[in-house]
Amino acid sequence: MRLFGKQIQLQDKRRIDERTKVEKVSTLAFVLLAVSFFAIPLMWLVLAPFDSDPTFRIKWPNWGLGNFSEMAENPYAYRSLMNSAIFSAGSGLAVILVGAPASYVLSRIKFAGRDAFLYILLLFSSIVTGSAAMVPLFLLSLRLNLIDTYQGVVLVLTGGLIPAAIFILKDFTDSIPKSYEESAQIFGASSFRILKDVVTPIIRPGLAVIFVWSFVQAWGNFLAPFILIRDINKQPAAVMMYSFYNDGGQAVFRTVAAFSLIYTIPVLAMYFYVNKKYGFRFYGGIKG
Amino acid sequence: MSFVSIEKITKVFPGGVRALDELDLEIKDGEFFALLGPSGCGKTTLLRTLGGLESSTSGTISFEGKDVTFLTPGARNIAMVFQDYALYPHMNVLENISYPLKVRKFSKEEINKRVTQASEALSIQMLLDRKPGQISGGQQQRVAVARAMACTPSLYLFDEPLSNLDARLRLEARTFLKQLQRELGVTTILVTHDQSEALALADRMAVMDKGRIKQVGSPAEFFHKPANIFVASFIGSTPMNLLDGLVNDGKVVIGSMTFDIPEHASTARTGDQVVFGVRPEYVSLVSGPGSGIASGVVKVTENLGTHYLVTADCNGILVRGTAPDGSEPAMGDTVHLKPEPGRSLLYNKTSEDLY
Amino acid sequence: MKSKTMKGSRAARPGNSVLGKGAATAFLSPSLIFIGIFLLIPAFWTLYLGLTDYKLVGIEALNPSFVGIDNFTKALNDPQFLSSLKLTIIYVLGSAIFGQALLGFILAWVLNELSPRIRNIVELIVIFAWIVPGSVVAFLWFAFFNNEEGTLNAILGVNIDWLLDYPMLSIIIFNIWRGTAFSMLLFSAAIASIPKSHIEVARVAGASKMQQLRNIVLPSARSYILTNLLLITLWTFNDFGPYLLTGGGPGGETQILPIFIYDSALRYLDFGYGSAIAAIMLFLNLVISLIVLRMSRKGKK
Repeated sequence: MRLFGKQIQLQDKRRIDERTKVEKVSTLAFVLLAVSFFAIPLMWLVLAPFDSDPTFRIKWPNWGLGNFSEMAENPYAYRSLMNSAIFSAGSGLAVILVGAPASYVLSRIKFAGRDAFLYILLLFSSIVTGSAAMVPLFLLSLRLNLIDTYQGVVLVLTGGLIPAAIFILKDFTDSIPKSYEESAQIFGASSFRILKDVVTPIIRPGLAVIFVWSFVQAWGNFLAPFILIRDINKQPAAVMMYSFYNDGGQAVFRTVAAFSLIYTIPVLAMYFYVNKKYGFRFYGGIKG
Repeated sequence: MSFVSIEKITKVFPGGVRALDELDLEIKDGEFFALLGPSGCGKTTLLRTLGGLESSTSGTISFEGKDVTFLTPGARNIAMVFQDYALYPHMNVLENISYPLKVRKFSKEEINKRVTQASEALSIQMLLDRKPGQISGGQQQRVAVARAMACTPSLYLFDEPLSNLDARLRLEARTFLKQLQRELGVTTILVTHDQSEALALADRMAVMDKGRIKQVGSPAEFFHKPANIFVASFIGSTPMNLLDGLVNDGKVVIGSMTFDIPEHASTARTGDQVVFGVRPEYVSLVSGPGSGIASGVVKVTENLGTHYLVTADCNGILVRGTAPDGSEPAMGDTVHLKPEPGRSLLYNKTSEDLY
Repeated sequence: MKSKTMKGSRAARPGNSVLGKGAATAFLSPSLIFIGIFLLIPAFWTLYLGLTDYKLVGIEALNPSFVGIDNFTKALNDPQFLSSLKLTIIYVLGSAIFGQALLGFILAWVLNELSPRIRNIVELIVIFAWIVPGSVVAFLWFAFFNNEEGTLNAILGVNIDWLLDYPMLSIIIFNIWRGTAFSMLLFSAAIASIPKSHIEVARVAGASKMQQLRNIVLPSARSYILTNLLLITLWTFNDFGPYLLTGGGPGGETQILPIFIYDSALRYLDFGYGSAIAAIMLFLNLVISLIVLRMSRKGKK
């Protein structure tokens, strides 16, 4: 009897082993496929900038840094990156300055329908910020004399980013115990001091995350400057990418390759810095 | 002399929950006072209202005869230790302790003096340059107490300050806290859901339920003379025997058992519906049946260390008593349980109060 | 009279918030102003413009007149609009629902069981695709899809002009590549939020992987899934990204609604018609949101 039982156990074990083996192989195949899908198109961005003779093809480069010096000779390339920096830093700062106080109030003061209000606002901003509002945003900027200005793009981008920023920051602030502020109240600290000495330092990771998030969004945004900026001297890199063509309509590969990389590095660096330091988390609230 | 005096304090939360219901309470100068009760009873709301963190709906609070109902938290000269300690994560221990003093614009020398005093009193001098995230829970708790102490308040409010510590550390911190309060002699109010903590620490305590105070008194009074059925069932490490009965001709009749009416219950009259209460600690095993003795079959025995808790089925009524370690009965044995006459209590079934 | 004084005294009792009413209002108002000017006004302006024949050039530019629902009836009879709507739906279903959400979920599910090191590397690559600026991504894929020198043809050993012969498939693949990271991260969070014990109970009961997925994971992650589907649907609906790859071509085969709006309004400067299309798009998005919110509320009950 006992022996019999043992045999059954062995058989069972073998079955489990076989099943996990099939599972493991298919999982591995899937992961490899997915990694190739996501990684291969990126290879161009990694290799072409260092290839003295880049084409569309992803290939082992003739190593050299000539592309970068060629790009540096193009005055528009450098200027557009500066413009991107202005748009992005401006939007990041504006989102923090405008959105952070609101998210603090929304986290600490309860009112009926608050969470539904925030969720609807988030959805609303997802609908309106994109393409649907390009006509009125263009006309609005026209009326307010904001066409071809840095402020115009920054304001439009900020308006679109604020609902999501408030949503994420409010969630972050919710996770901070109220006892921090309460203990300061008991010590007799004024509201201003509590905000300055206690609240701001504690929510700083949230602010950093939101700043970087806004920065990255603005850095990559194509539509807003595409519509609102006509002056080539004020175009950001997102739009400038499409100006590096020769008279025959052929892309100037060497410049494009170097420019793509230089244009990509800042957001990657910021993303990974913040991710390492604070972690981009999806806070509970997003599930609605 | 009463130090804290609370008159008819009511707190209704938006949404209509009555957290405090016309509550009155007096706390004496220098007293260590514990507020105890099940979760949701209003004890924390009461503490927060005393601190000015929660706005009362009506009623008055005064400290040392001075009405503080309308004062902001900072103007009440109190210090509070929170359950999560609320140590600022971006400040080191030194900065945490000195922050309240800076807010109150003390001079640099005074701040240094007080920080040194407080950190010595709590033996945390070697932690001063650490951040709260780098020290243990027990150390954090000491820092929080030091921060409160450095303010030299006239009243301490403790909101479950020990509940985040593990069991062993909690006992040490308890002893330490009591000693410290004795030395400082400052009135202290402690909120806790742990009755052993309240019984061990408090000079006097109150048990709350549904926004009202059910009893105020010394820990001994709570243990020996719970004022009503709620407190009787709430206090005690082993659940008290609370048996429904009827008064008949100077005796309490419970099913087939009869007990003498306890001395305190001279006003009980024949026909009164009552609840007869006695702690298992005061019910002992005797050799044979008789009047005032419950006989039954042992259902369960539980080892409590020096004693066994014995639960016997006496004709359908469960009665609990204790037997010394070594002389405990076995399951299924017939036992005879005798409540100590002087330790028995009688409650009126309708009013739920002690006679 | 008495109740009035009572009320007055109640207000004077200290509250439990750091900010008073005035400060709270001051903190909120900048955001509300921004939202009003850059979200609410544009939304209603779109609707209003859709009811006019406003053009940037010509007589109507000086004096736009109210034309009622003309633009809307025109749209509903415009084969170009109807085809654009159809393309948009295909694009959303293909790239967002079946692409990003499904692939994102499978990735989150599979990676959850792998060692943290492999998991981090895979996640890193997927996230990389998400944060590289859109213009660069479009160029990468333009290069990848290229007929003569493209790497895709080289790998597959074929000679296909992807952007000319399969333009819709191309932009769908492009958008899956671009946006899967969001779904993957959200679903990872959802799976991580399920208590381990729930899955262990199912395993002890002998449930297979599929059964665990169906009976434990999907129900627990339901609200995450709905939110994810809703957000990526709305984003994809409004996605202007394919413009960078195909410009709406060839022959309008990838002229999804955002590109159609852009062409009508900002290229041919017919603001009235472009706005009417935008208003229809807003309306469709609203309907989708309401349906999903309804579903999620039902689930909660």
